[in-house]
Amino acid sequence: MPTTAPNAAHALADVTASDSTLRSYLHGLPGVDAVGLEARAASLGTRSIKTTAKAYAIDLAISMVDLTTLEGADTPGKVRALGVKAVRPDPTDRTAPSTAAVCVYPDMVATAKQAVAGSEVKVASVATAFPAGRAPLSVKLADVREAVAAGADEIDMVIDRGAFLAGTYMKVYDEIVAVKEACGTDARLKVIFETGELSTYDNIRRASWLGMLAGADFIKTSTGKVAVNATPANTLLMLEAVRDFRARTGVQVGVKPAGGIRTSKDAIKFLVLVNETAGEDWLDSHWFRFGASSLLNDLLMQRQKLATGRYSGPDYVTVD
Amino acid sequence: MDMQLQTSAFAYAPAPESRAIVDIAPSYGLFIDGEFTEAADGKVFKTVSPSTEEVLSEVAQAGTEDVDRAVRAARKAFEKWSALPGSERAKYLFRIARIIQERSRELAVLETLDNGKPIKETRDADLPLVAAHFFYYAGWADKLEHAGFGATPRPLGVAGQVIPWNFPLLMLAWKIAPALATGNTVVLKPAETTPLSALFFADICRQAGLPRGVVNILPGYGDTGAALVAHPDVNKVAFTGSTAVGKEIAKTVAGTRKKLTLELGGKGANIVFDDAPIDQAVEGIVNGIFFNQGQVCCAGSRLLVQESIEDELLDSLKRRLSTLRLGDPLDKNTDIGAINSEEQLTRITSLVEQGEAEGAERWSPDCELPSSGYWFAPTLFTKVTQAHTVARDEIFGPVLSVLTFRTPDEAVAKANNTPYGLSAGIWTEKGSRILAVAGKLRAGVVWSNTFNKFDPTSPFGGYKESGFGREGGRHGLEAYLDVR
Amino acid sequence: MSDKTDKTEQLRLSVFKTYKLYVGGKFPRSESGRVYEVTDAKGKWLANAPLSSRKDARDAVVAARKAFGGWSGATAYNRGQVLYRVAEMLEGRKGQFVHEVADAEGLSKSKAAAVVEATIDRWVWYAGWTDKIAQVTGGGNPVAGPFFNLSSPEPTGVVAVLAPQESSFLGLVSVIAPVIATGNTAVVVASERSPLPALSLGEVLATSDVPGGVVNVLSGRTAEIAAPLAAHQDVNAIDLAGADEVLAKDLEIAAADNLKRVLRPQPVDDWSATPGIDRMTAFLETKTVWHPTGSLGASGSSY
Repeated sequence: MPTTAPNAAHALADVTASDSTLRSYLHGLPGVDAVGLEARAASLGTRSIKTTAKAYAIDLAISMVDLTTLEGADTPGKVRALGVKAVRPDPTDRTAPSTAAVCVYPDMVATAKQAVAGSEVKVASVATAFPAGRAPLSVKLADVREAVAAGADEIDMVIDRGAFLAGTYMKVYDEIVAVKEACGTDARLKVIFETGELSTYDNIRRASWLGMLAGADFIKTSTGKVAVNATPANTLLMLEAVRDFRARTGVQVGVKPAGGIRTSKDAIKFLVLVNETAGEDWLDSHWFRFGASSLLNDLLMQRQKLATGRYSGPDYVTVD
Repeated sequence: MDMQLQTSAFAYAPAPESRAIVDIAPSYGLFIDGEFTEAADGKVFKTVSPSTEEVLSEVAQAGTEDVDRAVRAARKAFEKWSALPGSERAKYLFRIARIIQERSRELAVLETLDNGKPIKETRDADLPLVAAHFFYYAGWADKLEHAGFGATPRPLGVAGQVIPWNFPLLMLAWKIAPALATGNTVVLKPAETTPLSALFFADICRQAGLPRGVVNILPGYGDTGAALVAHPDVNKVAFTGSTAVGKEIAKTVAGTRKKLTLELGGKGANIVFDDAPIDQAVEGIVNGIFFNQGQVCCAGSRLLVQESIEDELLDSLKRRLSTLRLGDPLDKNTDIGAINSEEQLTRITSLVEQGEAEGAERWSPDCELPSSGYWFAPTLFTKVTQAHTVARDEIFGPVLSVLTFRTPDEAVAKANNTPYGLSAGIWTEKGSRILAVAGKLRAGVVWSNTFNKFDPTSPFGGYKESGFGREGGRHGLEAYLDVR
Repeated sequence: MSDKTDKTEQLRLSVFKTYKLYVGGKFPRSESGRVYEVTDAKGKWLANAPLSSRKDARDAVVAARKAFGGWSGATAYNRGQVLYRVAEMLEGRKGQFVHEVADAEGLSKSKAAAVVEATIDRWVWYAGWTDKIAQVTGGGNPVAGPFFNLSSPEPTGVVAVLAPQESSFLGLVSVIAPVIATGNTAVVVASERSPLPALSLGEVLATSDVPGGVVNVLSGRTAEIAAPLAAHQDVNAIDLAGADEVLAKDLEIAAADNLKRVLRPQPVDDWSATPGIDRMTAFLETKTVWHPTGSLGASGSSY
């Protein structure tokens, strides 16, 4: 699997030729009927995932977690604990998979890198003046470069929602392109739209295509810092976008819902969305992630339940 | 027998709903005058589970003599029932609504067993709508003078009701709830392939304490229905079923004072414009024709797609069909269940063969069908024109005919070019186009940017040969009131 | 027409009127070339009326179908204006109709005048209904979901109307006006014995802004004309007011072939009583349109 998406420009080169072509293209995307979208998401939410399928889904979900701490109060100790947990989520059961990554602020990247050293767990860093994204471009790019220099494997940038809502799509596009360049060839770029602030589903579809056109490796719903974060409906919509983008350009882009996914039941619903919308090519931590923290312990408790037949409790998973 | 069509790493394990919740007796009688009774001539018939061909039960088959007995019981009950204060009739109906809610899982499993439709649908669509329908009409029983049908609206008397097999309990609710709310009494004939939920409903009437004879249930075949419709002491006939039978009934009641309402067939057009919300349109198309295996009178069985987006839409649609899960109707993940009967399967098969013979292109996703039971894979016909049989005849199965159009005028003209007029769908993000097209479609129900939505408050019924009269809402009261 | 002559003055021979059908806004003779004798209540010859054939019925249906799109698509306000205009025109020709009704029904001048006045008032009554019936019979339905749901009445289409046999003018208008007020078009079979007021009404409609084809008037044998109309696949409904019991049953059976809406004959003691809305709703379909509403945005209340 390629770690970096090839430039999509060859298939849709004309689209980003100018502000007006970009605007026309984004506004020409099919509209989204909110009721229909939410009904479809809800309907997939009624899938009943049992026994072997559930065991598969739980391990897959664990392997897709970007175990996240993004607090002002983060300390090296907290980040180290998180790193250890990511590598070996269930100390009592070595068969439990590692998470995909830990996700931290840029100044914690080096600490996190040490904590996961020797494992497959990636270090992701939020950047570009997360979560508001209100800083000069030079500051945002410096933010990215520092994180990459400190060893970040993945950069979770926020887009300029103000620019997007003002309709200056080219500004948003240029910024993503610049950040992508700052990521270099090694770091994968996740582009956070803060869907709760974009507000409409039409905007989320446009932002998805904008991000993918600009070279995003992942499109991500939210920062986890606003009222509405990942939902089945907005994630379903983004899964449709990556599906359609690949069909159009041949380029596969990942999806990361973040914020608000706390239970195994929720996580499995998202995996059903992936399975039945984008398809099994996305059922891999390289192409789908959960931005979450408390979710992991619930997945682990459910995993123990499946293994033993007994319901587990919070004392049997680690509090980090 | 979970025959999921896709092969995925994420294979859903079987998730069957327990059938232990429902206790089906080995035999059932007719329900006349508050009691289960054998048919006068002792005839019985078997009802089978269409997904396995397992015999579920043996049911008494009503004959002419039984019809007469039931009508007499209903006539006798009418006097007191119609004289009850509306508020008391309302409470009986509220009781029934509540008992249905309490027993909804049991009834959902029963319906799935007897009909073959997925438990997902009986659980999430049929049963909630059944309870809601009784709840809605319960509230009308003591407010009829405000319904706009005169100051003192009167019931008609004995209602003879004949219902189909595609939504057995829901069609029962559509018939019985307004009839009882308005003070009529009822003799109802369920379809021969799905009699069980109506017989369980008889038990619900018992639990609700409904007076004897107010509801009578007569399982049987077409001849039972014909005898009921023709009975001279029936005042009102309500029928849901095929247009051919509907016409026969209309002839039978000609020259009598019987009031008649008919909900018949359809060949609904689902019109997708180039500016449609495409992902939702695909869902609407799928829901429109594969809900209940397409055995729905208001199914969107003709897809009219604007030619400029035909390829794109068909690609999306085919991809989506490949994710449909066909198999055990009791599995909670099943999207496509069994066809209701061998007879219906034969009809679908023969119409599809005719479609192929006439040159339409047939497509189905890779799909292994169970070896026993009645099954038909989701099917698309492309390259269909107005002249093809599959574009004109109601197939009543999971078969979608795809036609194209160039302009809104052409879409409307093609949509209306049928003797039917029950339903239609419109998909566009342009509000004024929705209103303009909806205004010109000759169909009783128009779904814009959605499809197959039902609600007890929303009148349902057809134009032209799809029948007359409306069920649901305030309009639905008229069929059971003496308004002239 | 009987003409009274004053023996003291010079005799003047009156001019007879040739009564013709009213089809598609024109006044044709029956394609069959047939006429029949119309007499007054006492059997005195009044005129020869066209004896319509099944082909006349067919032509009338074609005219009515052609007119349906425009008439049903007109605004309800416009239809009201047109119907009111009919009343205005009738008022101006009251004398003629009093004369015709008196002859047809054997009424005194004053009684016939009362009938004609009631008939004019009936037009006015229905003229006012055109833009109100939708508000009375339609409306929003509070469905349990994020949908806007509206039911509206729509005209059924082409309606065959067998006018009452006895009440040649008030009864006639009482069955035509509700059909066209709601946007249907009509093929009317006039009272067999007393068709003259109906044929004269055609002349009024032609000069009252009623588009050609909206009302088509045929005279002749009710049973002969009604049979092809009841069986016609492009007729959507039939009002059997002018059929007797036996004929009504036959026609209802024929009408079942394409599931016409059938309004059975009902005893009417007094055509002058204020009608209800039943004759309008009998030829209205209810169309219910659903549309999603949902939240304003992805961060709205729906999740």
